[in-house]
Amino acid sequence: MKLNILGKRYLFFFISLAMIVPGLVIIAIHGLPLSIDFTGGSMLEIQFATDKAPAMDDVIALYTDNGINDTQVQFSNSDEGVVAVIKSSSLTQEQHTAIISSLETNFDSNLVELKFDTVGPSISQSVTQRALLAIAISALAVIIYITFAFRGIQHAFRYGVCAIIAMLHDILIVISLGAIGSQLFGWQMDSLYLTALLTVIGFSTQDKIVVFDRIRENSPIMRRVPFEKIVNHSIVQSLQRSINTQLMTSEFLLLSLALFGGTTLREMCIILLVGLLSGTYSSIFIASPILVVWENKEWKTWFRKTKTTEG
Amino acid sequence: MKNKALRNILIIVVVILVILIDFPILGNVKQKIFNRDVTAQLGLDLRGGMQVVLQAPEGYQIDQETLQVASSILENRANALGVSEVLFQVAGDNYIVGEFPGLENIDEVISVIKQTGMLEFVDVGDEYLEPGTVIQTDYTGTKSGSTDSTSPEAAATVAPEATTTVAATEAAAAGTDTTAADAAAAPATDKIYHTVITGADLEDVFVTAPQTPTDGYAVSFKLKSDATQTFADYTTNNVGKMLAIVLDHKIVSTPVIHQAITSGEGAISGSGENAYTYDEANNLRITLFYGTLPVSLEIAESRVVGPTLGQDSLNKSLLAAAIGFLIISLFMLIYYRVPGFVAIISITIFGLITYAIYLVIPVTLTLPGIAGFLLSVGSALDANILQFERLKEELRRGRNLQQAVDLGWSRAWPSIRDSNLATLITSAILFWFGSTFGASIVKGFALTLAIGVVISLFTALFVTRTLLSSIIDRFKDSDKAKWFGI
Repeated sequence: MKLNILGKRYLFFFISLAMIVPGLVIIAIHGLPLSIDFTGGSMLEIQFATDKAPAMDDVIALYTDNGINDTQVQFSNSDEGVVAVIKSSSLTQEQHTAIISSLETNFDSNLVELKFDTVGPSISQSVTQRALLAIAISALAVIIYITFAFRGIQHAFRYGVCAIIAMLHDILIVISLGAIGSQLFGWQMDSLYLTALLTVIGFSTQDKIVVFDRIRENSPIMRRVPFEKIVNHSIVQSLQRSINTQLMTSEFLLLSLALFGGTTLREMCIILLVGLLSGTYSSIFIASPILVVWENKEWKTWFRKTKTTEG
Repeated sequence: MKNKALRNILIIVVVILVILIDFPILGNVKQKIFNRDVTAQLGLDLRGGMQVVLQAPEGYQIDQETLQVASSILENRANALGVSEVLFQVAGDNYIVGEFPGLENIDEVISVIKQTGMLEFVDVGDEYLEPGTVIQTDYTGTKSGSTDSTSPEAAATVAPEATTTVAATEAAAAGTDTTAADAAAAPATDKIYHTVITGADLEDVFVTAPQTPTDGYAVSFKLKSDATQTFADYTTNNVGKMLAIVLDHKIVSTPVIHQAITSGEGAISGSGENAYTYDEANNLRITLFYGTLPVSLEIAESRVVGPTLGQDSLNKSLLAAAIGFLIISLFMLIYYRVPGFVAIISITIFGLITYAIYLVIPVTLTLPGIAGFLLSVGSALDANILQFERLKEELRRGRNLQQAVDLGWSRAWPSIRDSNLATLITSAILFWFGSTFGASIVKGFALTLAIGVVISLFTALFVTRTLLSSIIDRFKDSDKAKWFGI
């Protein structure tokens, strides 16, 4: 196999940007689609018989009668009926009971209350802060570990930094996906989304290390070969493993969970599916190319190159 | 490998051991060894139920011990109410997480939690206070950081500072057992009253049946010996005055002291329309006896999962996992042939060991936990695939089978080790994050992921390699292409 992956490195950087930017634009306009897990408030999930579901305005009016003015309602159809997801500021137990009983009398006396979550503002704030802290600490720990594990070869520190840059890339892809999903399917960033994001982070590093391990192994053997060639060779060598591990096993497992698992897990599985794919993609097309860009100090020639092409 | 036979025997022993743990056999023996039923613990999202996160009001610093005490009091209260398998756990520096599996009646639980159960007998002099009036007392039991507040000594300390945090309890507003309704009833809420004794001074509390059919049930109490003296002195000096029974800073009743109470025994009862039913009396008994939380708590978060949603998710996830495993097995067999078969056995052993560990620790299985498990299956498969890809490379270079297996292993090991250790570091940080906040979703995920990664290192290091090198003796080098899929 004579694949020259690194030769097209700037094309891959561009592809990644094209995936990330739309999501960031959505976030810039609409803000992060945070769930009550992070903003505080109540979320009520009720299943109605298909012909007995209330209209969106009915639900909002009912909440207004109970003194809640910031209600958001979403309906989705399932085999068992219509599921309404109602988001609002925190409900008291009395408001909750009143709302359920008037939904029962006015619409469906056999409604099923699937879920009722209430999160206070202080706890949601501290969860968000600690989540960011946890990610930052993980990133730092991974840089330190990789620098240690790769201490035998030159510039071990770079491998850690590149792994983290690629990890940030994966985080951005997942956030962008979440933002696009929020516009198309009404997804919310809740604690399950956070779990998915954290998984992507974990596996992103795992994948980078496998690819970097080849570079670590090849570097002493291929001393006279330019660094770019070593990296390219290493990527090609580990390509079969990347495809088999990621596409044929993990992705199949997630696909079957997304298709046959309950609705609770579907959103999470789709995010994991894309996130793990991004993790594999970024090991090959982001992390390793950045190593080469760094080695060649290519930023010095970025502007010169542009001038030559223009001239 | 010289110890090939020994390694194989060890694998067989481990497999037999974990099968004995995994499957419902020898239940009695296991119960003796582990001192409990060894069955799968399902989380609330899988079996339905309610989770609440409790926290102390803003600005309160509490220590671990106080939280621990509060948590076990809550558990006792809930158990006394007959709610089964309730679990209260301290999470981090500020939270208590309560889990009520399979619970239908939410209001019942909320009333248990919300009754912070701070009982005080308060000196109100001649002033009659309406039931429900909120008052301030000089008792500092909920002051920050004072764990010793549960001891009777603390009740005697007099400090001007008092807390006014009152949970919105539906505490049964009982009438008085002595008529004093014509007395002045202006609620002087700024006034700080003196607390004579508190709920911490109670030695025993029990429900007594109605004396006559028109009476309600009563809650009788017996005081500890120190408090008996305090109470006797106070009642002797204040005959004819009033003594308010105050629960969570709210007046329950304001009886008149008819005579000195020296025996340390008394009763709280309602009358007329406010007479206690048995349930109300029993609730009050629980609140008083298991009561007196060393700190007031608020509900910071509550989550309810209906039982149908949980069961549905569990069945579907199991089906999905089975389908996923089938597809992966097929792929491994077709692509890697003999090593693929070894990988399937190795992954099955991985699953059996991991499940046995879940049962032994025990790990509560939740949906994110299952996700963590499935991803560790991915990690275990990766370890196999890394070895097999190296094995193929070595075979292509013309090595014989035995050499290729050994070399493939030693080449793959550094990447398996480093990648898994990095995942382990991440899951450790996630576990810390999850347990500090009652974010049990993240905690469950991190725990199963970490266990899975450790076991996958073991099966990759030990099982796959041993089985593979045992099995290759049966194949000739000339059969490489057919059996090893090169």
